[in-house]
Amino acid sequence: MPLNSKIPQGELSQKWTSYKSTCKLVNPANKRQLEVIVIGTGLAGASAAASLGEMGYKVKTFCFQDSPRRAHSIAAQGGINAAKNYQNDGDSTYRLFYDTVKGGDYRSREANVYRLAEVSANIIDQCVAQGVPFAREYGGLLSNRSFGGVQVQRTFYAAGQTGQQLLIGAYQALERQVALGNVTQYSRHEMLEVVIIDGKARGVIVRNLVTGELERHFGHAVLLCSGGYGNVFYLSTNAMGSNVTAAWKAHKSGAFFGNPCFTQIHPTCIPVSGDHQSKLTLMSESLRNDGRIWVPKKQGDTRKPNEIPVEERDYYLERRYPAFGNLVPRDVASRAAKERCDAGYGVGSSRQAVYLDFASAIERYGKIEAGKHGNHNPDAETVRQLGEEVVKEKYGNLFEMYEKITGEDPYKVPMRIYPAVHYTMGGLWVDYELMTTVPGLYALGEANFSDHGANRLGASALMQGLADGYFVIPYTLGNYLADDIRTKPIPTTHEAFEAAEKNVRNRIETMMNIKGSESVESFHKRLGKIMWDKCGMARNAKGLAEAIEEIKALRKEFWTNVRIPGEIKEYNPELDKAGRVADFLELGELMCKDALYRSESCGGHFREESQTEEGEALRKDDEFTLVAAWEYKGDSNFELHKENLTYEVMHLTQRSYK
Amino acid sequence: MEHYSMNLTLKVWKQKNTQSKGHFETFQVKNISSEMSFLEMFDVLNEQLIAEGKEPIAFDHDCREGICGMCSMYINGRAHGPWHHTTTCQLHMREYKDGDTIVVEPWRANAFPVIKDLVVDRQAFDRIIQAGGYISANTGNAVDANSIPIEKHKADEAFAAAACIGCGACVAACPNASAMLFLSAKASHLSLLPQGDPERKIRAVNMVEQMDKEGFGSCSNIGLCEASCPKGISLENIARLNREYLGAVFGEGGDNA
Repeated sequence: MPLNSKIPQGELSQKWTSYKSTCKLVNPANKRQLEVIVIGTGLAGASAAASLGEMGYKVKTFCFQDSPRRAHSIAAQGGINAAKNYQNDGDSTYRLFYDTVKGGDYRSREANVYRLAEVSANIIDQCVAQGVPFAREYGGLLSNRSFGGVQVQRTFYAAGQTGQQLLIGAYQALERQVALGNVTQYSRHEMLEVVIIDGKARGVIVRNLVTGELERHFGHAVLLCSGGYGNVFYLSTNAMGSNVTAAWKAHKSGAFFGNPCFTQIHPTCIPVSGDHQSKLTLMSESLRNDGRIWVPKKQGDTRKPNEIPVEERDYYLERRYPAFGNLVPRDVASRAAKERCDAGYGVGSSRQAVYLDFASAIERYGKIEAGKHGNHNPDAETVRQLGEEVVKEKYGNLFEMYEKITGEDPYKVPMRIYPAVHYTMGGLWVDYELMTTVPGLYALGEANFSDHGANRLGASALMQGLADGYFVIPYTLGNYLADDIRTKPIPTTHEAFEAAEKNVRNRIETMMNIKGSESVESFHKRLGKIMWDKCGMARNAKGLAEAIEEIKALRKEFWTNVRIPGEIKEYNPELDKAGRVADFLELGELMCKDALYRSESCGGHFREESQTEEGEALRKDDEFTLVAAWEYKGDSNFELHKENLTYEVMHLTQRSYK
Repeated sequence: MEHYSMNLTLKVWKQKNTQSKGHFETFQVKNISSEMSFLEMFDVLNEQLIAEGKEPIAFDHDCREGICGMCSMYINGRAHGPWHHTTTCQLHMREYKDGDTIVVEPWRANAFPVIKDLVVDRQAFDRIIQAGGYISANTGNAVDANSIPIEKHKADEAFAAAACIGCGACVAACPNASAMLFLSAKASHLSLLPQGDPERKIRAVNMVEQMDKEGFGSCSNIGLCEASCPKGISLENIARLNREYLGAVFGEGGDNA
């Protein structure tokens, strides 16, 4: 089957405008007859459900958490990008588009990224109208800051809690639609199967996680807004419940999976402290605005950081990348940290960490503040105090979080950080309309693959989730449903619902009946270790081939030896987790296969066999300027389809941040 | 910082489901590292229980970085435990010493029925938001974000109120199980902003009415809600809501807070 990305004709800057002016519409009376299912209530899901509810569609939302407001978008810290050019520093739709395609190492689809940049400004307007309390300047206007991989200030933020504020905004819009009767909301429900009738997505099977009962729900269309799959690595910055299950079930029902190996390893996370570790905590990229990253110049230096004089420190990002310094993109910063630690320059007890130091910023801000108060010759203590106040205003909650976790005061000693799995650029393959290869089945936000190529820039995930939900799907869904207005709701007694439910029930019963001796958690940890060691920050053909075999063996062991306590028909978190880990055990294999196939390095995907003399990622544009979209053909059997990426506007070059 | 390991006694609330009667059960955990989070200590206990062929303890948790609001343990008589401005997931074991006994209960409130063990149903909070905790601004209606300047201190105050994570600690800590801190934080967040001003009165009235319907108690200004709030939501929000509510009910304008 040839992949049709359905990119509209015409000039890049006119494609979305012309699409919007020519797509089919559904009249208000008909919208009331059309039912839409939304899986996941993060930024993409909540914004889509609220917008579609406002338009008059009958919407049902599902989330596994106890409330839509808990979705993991809430944890995003630093900010959201938008091409507003409020700072008059040369930003534009084109520049945001350019930075995003370049940041993604030329592996994203031009038309999608341009549209994203185009609607970014509307997102900020919409959020402010909803009451999102973005940071402001004294004049009452919105404030901006910088993020990695760009040279303008286009990031809007609400302290270190931007994701929370945006999600609460979308959640409130969603709850308003619930109150108006346009949306029905199901919390503590997990999607376990897509129902396909006559080749179209027509509903889902969900499990009520409180009672354990299976339920059938019909929809004229199904939207998957279920997030990313970073938890395949066990340790990641994702929430404990974040999972691939909804996307994976869709994949097994015919939706192709795009670039599954594209994983973002975030450079600034709190390092692992021991085997008990259950998750990793991010320290926002915004900290790199003011923090300087360094390691000692001497290998194995055991002195305390404050005892190491400046001339004996290696500010390796500033040294290697003078143009962008500490604000290089995430993939570059992560690899540089790994390189230093692997070479024996790491710090902390594990030697797997580097310093993120705010001393210079505190001093600089302190002097500015003292100057504002007319004190032009302040003593060191005054400077420190005033400087700390400024840093606290900007990043206070992050500093507190760091101190709670590590017991160290980052105002006094530099933070220790190390890269950790954070985001997955890969996801369900979608066309320009966000539709997967299954008609009527859509994927929005992190669940799809489309906008970030091989590396996502900071503050762009929030932008994409809300762009998809508020401004893209309201148009593209109508274009599909306009042909569906004569389709009456299909009763859930239909044989396709019967079969899908039976399938789900069998899988759950099989799993419960194994009654083995090893916990779900233990399998998840073992999978995570394979993935991190062999499909993590650096990958090679030998390791990936080994990983594929190891994962297959682990999966077999899971299905013969997992122990799940409790019953099916009750609140049973171990059973919920078992289903998710079972799916990760299948996805992990596909990720390794994809990483093995893509023998180039690009963005976050670093194949050791393909690097420049300086150790930078070396792309193979002739062979791999494409999306690898995998079709599920049965156990361990995936067929590769290619979508060639054509660049009409951008010129492919070796990325340089020097 | 010196790290150490400890053995602990845990007395944990066990309850099969909403209908059944609960009870405390005592567990021993060994070799807990002072570097662990409180929930990681529970992970260790649960793995131990599964290995022994027993049922693990059900508890709510998700982001484990203090922002999603899902975790909800009542620890030694305090919502989210002893640390100031801290959720259960961010409480770390260096707080405890070898040999300590820790008592862990679910949030207790009529409006938050227990689902299992330490897990409670907080959908009442969603319904309070549905009653008016929003600004009616459909997608696509917005004017340019900088067209309405907002004084920085107002924006900061709105943000401080909007920092609420909806965990319900305020309700759990309150002897009356009142939801006033939660409700007033939302009302304040929205009515402090010019965008939220047009609906301020109806919002206050409808949200309070819904709170009463859900079976939350009345506020008697005790202040334990503020003391237990992991995000430092201030009691001033309650005062602001009271002014707003009285103004709305008795037809006075209510000030601009």
